[in-house]
This record gives sequence, C-alpha cells and structure tokens, in this order.
Amino acid sequence: MAEAAQMQVSDEVAITIQNMNKWYGTFHVLRDIDLTVQRGERIVICGPSGSGKSTLIRCIKALEEHQAGSIEVDGTLLSSDLKNIDKIRSEVGMCFQHFNLFPHLTILENCTLAPIWVRKTPKKEAEETAMHFLPKVKIPEQADKYPGQLSGGQQQRVAIARSLCMRPRIMLFDEPTSALDPEMIKEVLDTMIELAEEGMTMLCVTHEMGFARQVANRVIFMDAGQIVEQNEPEAFFNNPQSDRTKLFLSQILGH
Amino acid sequence: MSDTHAQSVAFVRETEIPQQPPPMLESGAVKWVRENLFSGWFNTIMTLIALYLVFKILVGAAPWFYNGVWDAGSIRECRDILAGKTGACFAVLVDRWDHLVFGFKYPQDAYWRPLIAFLLLLVAAAPALFGKYLPRKMLILTAIYPFVAFWLIWGGTLWLPVMVAASIIATAMVFRLVEGMAISTRQILAGAVGLVSGLGLAWLLFKGAGELVFIANNIGASGLSIVPYILFWAAGIFTYVCFIPMGIFVGYAIYQSAEDGGLVTIVTALFAIYFMLAYLLGPVSGTLNSIIPLELQAVPSRDMGGFMLCMILGTVCVSLSVPLGIVLALGRQSNMPLIKGVCVVFIEFVRGVPLITLLFVANVMLAYFMPPNSNFDLILRVIIMITMFSSAYIAEVIRGGLAALPKGQYEAADSLGLNYAQATRLIILPQALKISIPGIVNVAVGLFKDTTLVSVISMFDIVGMIRGPIQQSTDWISIYWEVYGFAALLFFVVCYSISQYSQWLERQLQTDHH
Ligand SMILES: Nc1ncnc2c1ncn2[C@@H]1O[C@H](COP(=O)(O)OP(=O)(O)O)[C@@H](O)[C@H]1O
Ligand SMILES: [Mg+2]
Repeated sequence: MAEAAQMQVSDEVAITIQNMNKWYGTFHVLRDIDLTVQRGERIVICGPSGSGKSTLIRCIKALEEHQAGSIEVDGTLLSSDLKNIDKIRSEVGMCFQHFNLFPHLTILENCTLAPIWVRKTPKKEAEETAMHFLPKVKIPEQADKYPGQLSGGQQQRVAIARSLCMRPRIMLFDEPTSALDPEMIKEVLDTMIELAEEGMTMLCVTHEMGFARQVANRVIFMDAGQIVEQNEPEAFFNNPQSDRTKLFLSQILGH
Repeated sequence: MSDTHAQSVAFVRETEIPQQPPPMLESGAVKWVRENLFSGWFNTIMTLIALYLVFKILVGAAPWFYNGVWDAGSIRECRDILAGKTGACFAVLVDRWDHLVFGFKYPQDAYWRPLIAFLLLLVAAAPALFGKYLPRKMLILTAIYPFVAFWLIWGGTLWLPVMVAASIIATAMVFRLVEGMAISTRQILAGAVGLVSGLGLAWLLFKGAGELVFIANNIGASGLSIVPYILFWAAGIFTYVCFIPMGIFVGYAIYQSAEDGGLVTIVTALFAIYFMLAYLLGPVSGTLNSIIPLELQAVPSRDMGGFMLCMILGTVCVSLSVPLGIVLALGRQSNMPLIKGVCVVFIEFVRGVPLITLLFVANVMLAYFMPPNSNFDLILRVIIMITMFSSAYIAEVIRGGLAALPKGQYEAADSLGLNYAQATRLIILPQALKISIPGIVNVAVGLFKDTTLVSVISMFDIVGMIRGPIQQSTDWISIYWEVYGFAALLFFVVCYSISQYSQWLERQLQTDHH
C-alpha cells in the first residue's frame, strides 16, 4: 500500500468517457459508461466473463466503434475520423491476453516495426529504443530470437516492450496473465508494477487481486455491460457495496 | 571444498567424458533398415513383395533402354537395326531435337537467343528465390530480366522493351511523387484523376457499345442465328445507356478515395502507364530505332513452339498469377462491397469454367471483342487466359492462408497504428503466404503442365509438336513411348525442382523452433 501512495496522480485528465453505449448488432454490450481517468492513475477492471471489459478497453483503443456517447483520449475526441483513430491507436499501448506477437519477425523486429513504419523513426534509432526497453522487461540477449522460441511469460513481456517502444502515454492491458502458467504470472506482473511505479497511466483488466491491492488506486467492477461499483482497492475488497460485487469477490477470492 | 575432495575421492576427472557413439545396431543404415523395412512380419512381407515387383519392372524395362538406338534417320531404319529385339528408338530425339525444344518454325540461326534467355532466367530467378543468401541489389537483375528475355525471344527493336521499362520507372516515380504530397493536394489530384478516368471509362464504354453493335450487325448480316444477334444488340444498348452513369460513378469513387490517398496513387500510376503504353511506345521506339538501330530478327508469336513455348507460358503465367491471386484474395476479403463483388464474381466464374474453354475463347472469341483492325497477339491472349485461370485458384489458396491467421494478428497490427497497406504487407501477407506455399506450388505445377493444353488450339508446344509434325511425318509415324517419355521427363524435372524448392523454402521460413 505504501508504494501505491507514493505514486503520483495528477489533475490532468487522460481519458474521459461520457454516457458511452455500444451494441453488437442488437446486443447491448456496454451501457451508459461514465469514466474519468486522471494521468498517472492505475485502474484495475474486473468482472465476470462476458461483462464487456474487453469491449470497453477496445473502444478506448478505437479497435471498436461505439454508437452513442463520447470517448476522449488525451484530449482527442474519438470519432469516425480516420486521422484521430490512427493518432489514438499509436499513442495508446495495448497488451492482449494472447500476446499477439508477430511470429515471422524476430523480437527486435517486433519492437521496431511500428516505430519505423508508423512514426518514421530511423531504423537505428528504433533499434536503440528497443534495446533500451527489452532489458527493462528483462528480455536481455533474446533480441534475435523468434517469439515461438520464448516462453509465454517472456512473450508477454516482449509484447509490453513492443507497446512501450511507441512511447505511449496510456497503457491498456486485457487479461495479460490469464493465458500464462502460474510461475510465469509473477514475472509479467512485476514488469507491470515497475511500469506503474514510473507513473504510467494504466487500465488493466485482470483478476490478479494481489496486483490490484498493491498497485491500483482504483478498482472498477463491471457486470452486464455496466460499471457497477468503483472504489479504492482497500475499500473495494473489504467493504463492497453491491450484492453482485460481493458475489463476484466471494467466488474469486473464495477458493 | 577442494580439500574434502582431495581426501575423500581418489580421483577427480578434470574434463568431461566424450560422448560415445551408440552401438552399431542402433545407428546408421542397419538401424534404418531394421526399423523401416523389417520391423514386423507384415512389414517384412510387404518389403519382400515390393522388392520383387521393383526387380521385375527393372528386368522388363532394362532391355528397352540398353538396346536403344540413338542413330537412325527414321523409324524403319530403327527397326532394321533392332532386328526384332525389344528396344527404344531414341534416334527420334536426336533427329527432331530442335523441333521438340524450339518448335518447327523458330529460325534456326536464332536458337541461341532463347537459349541465352533460359540461362539468364536461372541467374535472374536466383535473387528472387534465394533472397536471403544473395545481396539485395541483385534483385535488379530480376527486374530487368523480363525485358531482356522478351527482346531475345521475340527479337525486333530493343527500344520497345526499353521504353516499356522506362514507362514503368516513370510510373513508379509518379507514385512516389503523389505519395509525398499533402492530403489537400492529393484531394485535388484525386478530383482531376477521377474526372479523367470517369471520362475515359465513359469513352471506352461508348466505343465498346459501338463494337457490340458492329458485331451484332455482322451476325445479323450473316443470317446465322437470331439469338446472338439480339444478345449483342441488347448488350450494345445496355452499354450505351450505362456509360455516362458508370463513368460518373468511377470518377466519384476515385475522388472519394482521396481520404486515404492510397487508391488514388495507384489509379494515377495506372493511368500514367496506360497513356504511355498506348500513345507513346510505338511511335517513340520506332523513331529511336531509326536513329540508333538496335535490332534482332523479329520472330512472330505463332513461330514459337516446343518445350520453349511451355517454358515461356509457364514462367510468365506463374509470375503474373501469384500477384494477381494475392490482389484477388485481398479483394475478396475487402469491406468495400463493389471490390468484393467483382473479385467474388471473377473467382467463381473462372473456377467454374474449364481451362480449355477459356483457351478456345482466347483463340476465337477474343478476336471478336477486339477492334477489327487490331492484331492482338495469340500468345498474349493465351497468357491472359491461363493467368486468369490460375490466379483464381491461387486467390482461393491464399484466402485459406488469410483465414488461418489468428484474429489477434490483425488486432495487434491495428493497435500499433499500422494502416491497411502496412499491416497487409508487413504482417498479414508474409504469414498468409507462408501458410499458402504448398497450395500455391500445387497450382503452379498444375499450371505448368496445363500449358500443354495449348496444343488443342493449334499451337505447337511440345505435345503439339509430337502429335503433329513428328508423329505424322513419314519418317517417325506412330512413334510413341520415346517422345512422350521425353516430354514427361522434361516436365518431371521442372515440376520436381519446383516442389523441392518449395519444401526448402518452407523449412527456411520456419520460425518456431530452431
Ligand atoms: N465481435 C463481437 N460480436 C458480437 N458479440 C461480441 C463480440 N465480441 C464480444 N461480444 C459479446 O460481448 C460481450 C462482452 O464481451 P467481452 O467484452 O469480451 O467480455 P469480457 O472481456 O468481459 O469477458 C460478450 O457477451 C460477448 O459474447
Ligand atoms: Mg475479455
């Protein structure tokens, strides 16, 4: 807890979501989402499967369109304007449950691809950036290997490094540890904790409650496409308000 | 530690024991034979039966080979020499070697030209096929090759291929130029290009309608049949009615695409190439040639023949149909209904029609659709048809590759901010093509063998040569096994190399566990 307190949350707003709604066809996935994220906040989003957590993250990342309400990321309003979407996509980093590294490219190429092609960074500079971030996620001396030759935990850390190479101001994580074996979860979480300590604005969908207690300054509980409850971790875990939250917590912490 | 060791252990080995070879029975040929040929009673019996069959076949076929006659002028002479013994008459291969390889009309004193073109093909293909091991600069050879080969095989003035190459380079420069422009400039340009291409299409349709009516009247005048007469008239009128809206629609679509700028550059480039090809090439290369004559004896397309024709059709069609197949496969996945529709209709139509029908169309029908005075090269027509045919198949193979990619790859590319073209070129295609290699090679091998179908539209490829000028000559009447065996051998060598190459390539591209 002490660590979390040290981390600064500024007054600057990073993400504003107002009254956002989304449908898949006729299926109402997200209902009246209101959420404001300050710069430097570490938010953990949890909730039962199918509650719309991934969809929310993907809307923020502009991978999905929303049909009503507004999302503003870093002062840019997300609309159907292609230029805005490209801007958001390259300025918000994202890590997926299944890493989604490019298997035909080496680790180094995975990390330099987007800076070179999207940011037009010279190749050498991009490689220097990559070689700065790879040791930070503790992937030293693997730069010339292919993703298929690394373990799951290593792959996820490379995925984090790949996002960081684009110098994002916000990082989104969608269940980054759920596809990993238990002994690899810690190494990925450690990387994420380090990132949080450096003041990165983070939204993590995760069920790692230890991580939430240690790092998050806010925990959000979603169910059936709605934000049911949000609070500081201590209060959220010890004194949940809604019945659905209680049920969820008892299921996830019970065993 | 070392003290304890010194006291309690009498001897401490300082180096690792070298690995010992496995026992004799567990290694090398003996092990292989034991495990693969005689691993059980069933396996043993099958092995013995197979050995017996192989032996019988060899014994039966061997005399045919070693009694073979290599030196004779006709099949009768051959039989006299054999005097009743079983034996092949390989003399036909010696006697008609030139015909089998070059066809019977290609000028003899120009045989060196296709030969050099063939040797250069090996050089030019290397950088494209073994890219990893050769300097990238060598790809220039691959790029120049088509023009050199065209000039060598068809002859004529060197200026024509030089001009075509120049216009392609110019188009690429236009492309670069447009790409570097500000969005606002590009939009104005898109408007202009949209207008020009809309008008151009309208004009083409207008001419086309005229042609259709012209054909209709021809058919009507010949009094052959009422149905095609009405059909052509209807098509003509339909085209007349459509041309203005179609032109406007295309123009508008191009103008709209200015948003991404991608399509505009392509269309602009295509227009540049089109105008240069149509209006500049002929006159300019003619003039240049009269100033600096650089000419080889021209050989018309109908004089090409033999295995050379198969090689020409095979290499050209394979190298054209792979890119076209990629475009079709991507088009079929497109979100834009018009593009998707065109690709689906094209693929399904072409796949639903036998190649031989398309070849007949190339031979006869296509001539109808051309303006009456144009002489549209027969080989070019055949190349268009075979390319269309195999590109439809390749498109489907690649679509399978695209479908096999996990959705996460598209998402990761999107989430890093790559645009469609970048994601496709850098992420999607390299992986999809890798998956598709066996399928593409399958189509390529099939295509190469299908080039012999041109013999049914009276082109003299190797099979056409055998069936026509060789088997029907008085000297070699009814010779059969030797010539077809030879053709089969040639095809086998090429197809087997292609297949070996593809397996090698697959191993090269493997990245999961080294
Ligand atoms: N592309 C899609 N089309 C239709 N329904 C979808 C799509 N993606 C997700 N859904 C549905 O939306 C709901 C929310 O999904 P998701 O955001 O992935 O949930 P979570 O990540 O919380 O498990 C689920 O019921 C899921 O079935
Ligand atoms: Mg999810």
